[in-house]
Amino acid sequence: MTDAAMSDRKLVGMIGLYDDPDSLVHAAETVRDAGYKAWDCHTPYPVHGLDDAMGLKPSPLPYVCLIAGGIGASAAMYMQYWMSAVDYPVRIGGKPLFSWPAFVPITFELFVLFAALATMGGMIALCKLGRWASPLHDNGVMAEVTTHRHGVVLNASDANFSEDAARKLLEGTGCKDIRPLYESSEDGEA
Amino acid sequence: MSGDRLPEDPPLVQGEPTLLSLDKDISTPFESFPTKRWWIAFLIVQPMAIAFLVSFVYTIATGIGSWGNNNPVGWGWAITNFVFWIGIGHAGTLISAILYLLRQKWRTGIARFAEAMTLFAVVCALQFPMIHTGRPWLAAYWLLPLPNSNGIWVNFRSPLLWDVFAVSTYGLVSLLFWFTGLLPDLAIARDRATHKVRKLVYGILSLGWNGSNRAWSHYEKAYLLFAGLSTPLVLSVHSVVSFDFATSIVPGWHTTIFPPYFVAGAIFSGFAMVATLIIIMRKYFKLQHIITTDHLDVMNRIVIATSLMVGYAYMIEIFISWYGGVTFERYAFMNRAMGPYAWAYWLMVTCNVCLPQLLWFKKIRSTVLLMYPIVILVNLGMWLERFVIIVTSLTRGYLPSSWDYFAATWVDVGLLVGSFGLFLTLMLLFCRFLPTVAIAETKAILPGSQPSGGHHD
Repeated sequence: MTDAAMSDRKLVGMIGLYDDPDSLVHAAETVRDAGYKAWDCHTPYPVHGLDDAMGLKPSPLPYVCLIAGGIGASAAMYMQYWMSAVDYPVRIGGKPLFSWPAFVPITFELFVLFAALATMGGMIALCKLGRWASPLHDNGVMAEVTTHRHGVVLNASDANFSEDAARKLLEGTGCKDIRPLYESSEDGEA
Repeated sequence: MSGDRLPEDPPLVQGEPTLLSLDKDISTPFESFPTKRWWIAFLIVQPMAIAFLVSFVYTIATGIGSWGNNNPVGWGWAITNFVFWIGIGHAGTLISAILYLLRQKWRTGIARFAEAMTLFAVVCALQFPMIHTGRPWLAAYWLLPLPNSNGIWVNFRSPLLWDVFAVSTYGLVSLLFWFTGLLPDLAIARDRATHKVRKLVYGILSLGWNGSNRAWSHYEKAYLLFAGLSTPLVLSVHSVVSFDFATSIVPGWHTTIFPPYFVAGAIFSGFAMVATLIIIMRKYFKLQHIITTDHLDVMNRIVIATSLMVGYAYMIEIFISWYGGVTFERYAFMNRAMGPYAWAYWLMVTCNVCLPQLLWFKKIRSTVLLMYPIVILVNLGMWLERFVIIVTSLTRGYLPSSWDYFAATWVDVGLLVGSFGLFLTLMLLFCRFLPTVAIAETKAILPGSQPSGGHHD
């Protein structure tokens, strides 16, 4: 489909494609310094130093992991205490009813279990996974950025965005392959 | 420890592949129709898998009495197989988690395959305690703290219950870790797919991964956290398995060396199993330039190191049983080496301690045909180790009047062979439908794939 045929569809962003990681990092720094907020880079593999180039804050996942682990461990110890010493006390091997050292292995396992489940859930939420539709699919660039090229996407929702300004900014980074991203058409065909 | 590679280190990937050729090399096996060789392998494995089903149904219909278990030997082959399979899984976690934390970049080529092996080994391991309960459909009530009409709870002071929690947590966390690693590769599979159904299935599984760096940033942190959680977890799992033995007062089991000894043995057997399978896989799917002989060489070095640890544990066990001066302990070890199961003991020592020493030679470490018999025999030796520990101690306990010899029945053999059938079937299906090498992760270590600015490792 040509640009002209797409022009009656809503512009949702602009993508610049790069073939090497150095130009990508340089482009990311340029876009960051231009004050864009609603933008992203798409790469086939994690590129070192790109987080800094984009000005991203460190992921809060470690806190999620630690807090969930703490909840898991406390719940495990309390469950074992309640079941062994409160709800149905059974004296085993002459040990105290709340023989906590024997409860440590399960406490540890549930620490890990809760922490892992929360990390997974947190990652899915923070990475915004589970959203299958994407303008990258609709405009046929997804396959390029998941396999071998690097893309910088400027979203139309950004206050700084206009078609010309976005194109100019990407051109300024030395990008040779700039494409507008359109909303998918009514019938869902890209 | 630093993962910085020196100029003289061998390249991680041979033949200078590009990002696209890497996709193609790794994706071809699961994008094309199964080859004749895949079908032959699959058909060889199916009778084994059917043997599992038959033995399983026969056991449930007849009872545990159909096994060789007798009055002193209540654990027999079922628990031997359980410990064996759990151990196999440990190499996968070691490669995916511990080597990741140590920044060992060579792990990239084999991590995915080893993690899949971990998962399927845990699946096989879980079968045995389940069947051993006799009525697997009630097992959840006996193994988990579920409310029941008797109002009683499981005994949290029992290492067998710790095992339930340790192994199920291990299985689940391994699955999450594996799936997380798969996400970007599923997206590649989705975007390469030409068929509608393939695109849909891989698309759904990839959770809409789009390579966004905002996502990569969280993703990499999550991967690091999984590695950090899995490391103590994997060490705890085989330690807890060893508690099943060590906290009892059975002669030959009641030793403090068991947790590290079991963990070392698990890594030893696991690496041998990874090598056994990956040597075939890399040849079948023509991935020798991604899983190189240097990978095999490094794995063989880990095999030697863990073989020495296991050999040390054998010696210390014997020494302490003599030095401790307890009659029953002394007898247990005399009986292992010279009793009715001496054949198993010495075969175990040969396979686990003597033969792996050949791997000190670089030539043997890096020649597939020379190392292959050794790693196969290590698998045998490690199965025998669990057999020796369990059976020799139980056949001759404190009371000579209750001594009895254990001999396996066809049902035992069927379950063991069948568990291999189950395992290999799952491995073959994995190779058929999913990328066997972590594609995105391998791309990240290709020369020129990272920015040349000096602010990264």
